[in-house]
Amino acid sequence: MSAMTAEQIDDLVGRYPEVFNRSFLARHGKSLAVAAVAVYLVFAWNLFAIGQVFQRGNWDIAGSYLADWVSYEVRPDIAYQDGYLEVEFPRFSPLGNDPKPDWLVTEQAEVTVVTTTETSPAAAQAPAATGFLVPGAKGTSTGFMAPGAATGGSAPQAGEGATQPVTTSERKVLPVRADVDMGSGTVLVEPYRVTLTRGAESLVVTAGSDGIVRADRELPEWAVQRREGEKIVAYFGFDGRVEVEEDEVKIRQRFLGWENFVFDPSSAFWNRSFGDVAATILWGERIKPEQSNLSLAIDNFLNNAEWQHGDVYVKLGQTIVMAFVGTLFATAIAFPLSFMAARNITPSFLTNQVTKRLFDFLRSVDMLIWALFFTRAFGPGPLAGISAIFFTDTGTLGKLYSEALENIDEKQREGVRSLGANPVLVQRFGVVPQVLPVFVSQSLYFWESNTRSATIIGAVGAGGIGLKLWEAMRTNADWENVAYMVLLILLVVYVFDTISSRLRGLLIGKGQV
Amino acid sequence: MTTPRYSPMVTETERHWQALARQRRLYTGLGLLLLAMALAGSLWFANETNAGKFWDRLPHFFDFFGDMIPRDGWEIWRAMFDLESPYADGSLKYDYPVGRVYLTENIYMPEYVFKMIETINIAIVSTLVGFFFGFLLCFLAASNLTTRGWLRGFVRRFLEILRAFPEIVIAGFFAAILSLGPVPAIIAVAIHTIGSLGKMFFEVVENADMKPDEGLRASGGNWVERVRYGMVPQVLPNFLSYTLLRLEINVRASTIIGAVGGGGIGEALRLSISRGHEAKTIAIILLLLTTVIAVDQLSAWLRKRVVGEQAFTRVQGAVS
Repeated sequence: MSAMTAEQIDDLVGRYPEVFNRSFLARHGKSLAVAAVAVYLVFAWNLFAIGQVFQRGNWDIAGSYLADWVSYEVRPDIAYQDGYLEVEFPRFSPLGNDPKPDWLVTEQAEVTVVTTTETSPAAAQAPAATGFLVPGAKGTSTGFMAPGAATGGSAPQAGEGATQPVTTSERKVLPVRADVDMGSGTVLVEPYRVTLTRGAESLVVTAGSDGIVRADRELPEWAVQRREGEKIVAYFGFDGRVEVEEDEVKIRQRFLGWENFVFDPSSAFWNRSFGDVAATILWGERIKPEQSNLSLAIDNFLNNAEWQHGDVYVKLGQTIVMAFVGTLFATAIAFPLSFMAARNITPSFLTNQVTKRLFDFLRSVDMLIWALFFTRAFGPGPLAGISAIFFTDTGTLGKLYSEALENIDEKQREGVRSLGANPVLVQRFGVVPQVLPVFVSQSLYFWESNTRSATIIGAVGAGGIGLKLWEAMRTNADWENVAYMVLLILLVVYVFDTISSRLRGLLIGKGQV
Repeated sequence: MTTPRYSPMVTETERHWQALARQRRLYTGLGLLLLAMALAGSLWFANETNAGKFWDRLPHFFDFFGDMIPRDGWEIWRAMFDLESPYADGSLKYDYPVGRVYLTENIYMPEYVFKMIETINIAIVSTLVGFFFGFLLCFLAASNLTTRGWLRGFVRRFLEILRAFPEIVIAGFFAAILSLGPVPAIIAVAIHTIGSLGKMFFEVVENADMKPDEGLRASGGNWVERVRYGMVPQVLPNFLSYTLLRLEINVRASTIIGAVGGGGIGEALRLSISRGHEAKTIAIILLLLTTVIAVDQLSAWLRKRVVGEQAFTRVQGAVS
């Protein structure tokens, strides 16, 4: 491209002033707008202290919360004692009471358990209260592998009023070594000595009687000791972590899946294969004489303590009902009112204005405020949600309907009127056939969109799954239940989306939604 | 009416027509019956599972409206502008001046006005974030600009997931990490906004005129240039219009998210209603009502300026 001479350039500029000499705003308007947005974002960043909030955020835990959506942890604690170990699973462990998982294998041996009892009249009345230091006493010896071991000998022998330590020693079969398979590594626990292996690397951690936790070498990447001498945490990726403390090892092993999704450990059907359960239900002897196995299974399923299927389904049903009834009532009320609001149908200015302002009011007050109001009035539950959706949508649908009515073709009405029909019949045959598909389509759209919004207003107490969802999230421990409910909500929304768009397509033809 | 004067063909036609009409009436009747049964069942279910039964609670409903009347009309005014109340007795009900937010030594902003501004800012920030990412993603989801099917499908599914995921779950999740406050609310509303604006944007792009694009392609423009000079100038007004519409919705959404722990005016409203502070409640409602109407009007006016009258076919509220 050859260069232009100065005259040619001037000539061009002179001929197209609107291109070359634009106003300041036209030239810089866009950059100014971008700059204004940038300045505003800086202001907002400071207003909400976004940087600070993100810094203080508990990001370590985010990963484990996310993992909780699709997996669960089993958390046995292995405490060291003199010469043996105590393996204990928490109450309500997903593995049920007294589990013996195959990833935690213990080696048993006969050991001497020395019991020292501080005998006093108080202790004589409550011998089991000395549990902490007394491995042989009731309550602690029932650890994990030796439920049948003798538990005698802890009864006080001393005379009344005397305070003197009584030492009893006995031989018992107890675990002395525990092998834990962590998936991507192994942990070998012996009293006061833990060997952690991940890949080719292995690390021996000893916990001295002085309460200091030491590693035999420099810590590898996957192990962390926050403070000198305190617990060492070894990470095994998704498979969980192991915390080696001065008196015990905490195993936190993670497994993919939703634990006990169908039956919880208290159910007779728990931990049995599908075929086995099906056979029991169909042909098996009655587990409870007064109830058939099928109804027992359904009961157990719906009342699953962890997943609460029954309650979740009731709440989900409430959400669906709220959206359905709310929208239906709103349609029923907005329909006649919109005829009053349309100025071509009701020629009274006063009536038009009053109805239209009523619609505006109902719409602007917002679903949240109505929901809070009705929750206070009707008590928490779907009635409040129905009323909230009903009030808001009467406003919105009324507005949409009256706008549709004001845009109708007047010729049909004229035609019907010219036949001498009375005003009601004119509306029935001159107006309704024109607008009905539009009305129904709009109502269907709102039905669908209300199924989503009913979830949110539920969280303020207006019934439905929203509150349950919110409560599950507030505990920070039930993310798998959140995942379950989200999945159900997405499913319901998807189903109603499909139904509603099918119906709308049938009503007004495709592509006009 | 059956007269043998008609030819057999006419009688036949009439018979068919009557059969059709009967069938249609039957279907309409069946449909209505089904609807009525669904309604009755739903109402029974709603009433059964509600904490209070409808007929038992109905009288309390009117009590409740009675309870919402403050001791005198000026109380609303005082609650709104944080003035001293003559009824002050140290309780939370009349502690209006406590919430003042002092800007300087003497000038203060009333508590609820401040919270309202906070809520509006949540909405604006999340709309801006949503606009930014929706803008970036929409061109990749439009079939006339992105020919690779897998990429288009991926972006569309991604936008769908963002849109369909309940806002409250995102807010709850981030509240667990970042603690309660406006930031989780911003994230939740922004994520939903990316999804819905992205969808509307790519529909606009797909309906755009492809002639500028052809010209650019003919003169050797690459993909970015084609989007920048061929597409953006013609779709930007519509994008802005949809963004403004979204802003209206987001003001409401951030109020609701606020009520479940996101801070702002929503939380204040929930607290004052549940504690039965009538003057505060009415003050907040008035404030909210004014703001929502003002934002709606402002946005309608701006949209009219940006795209002209035709943008008014889509009425607010019709977007979830």
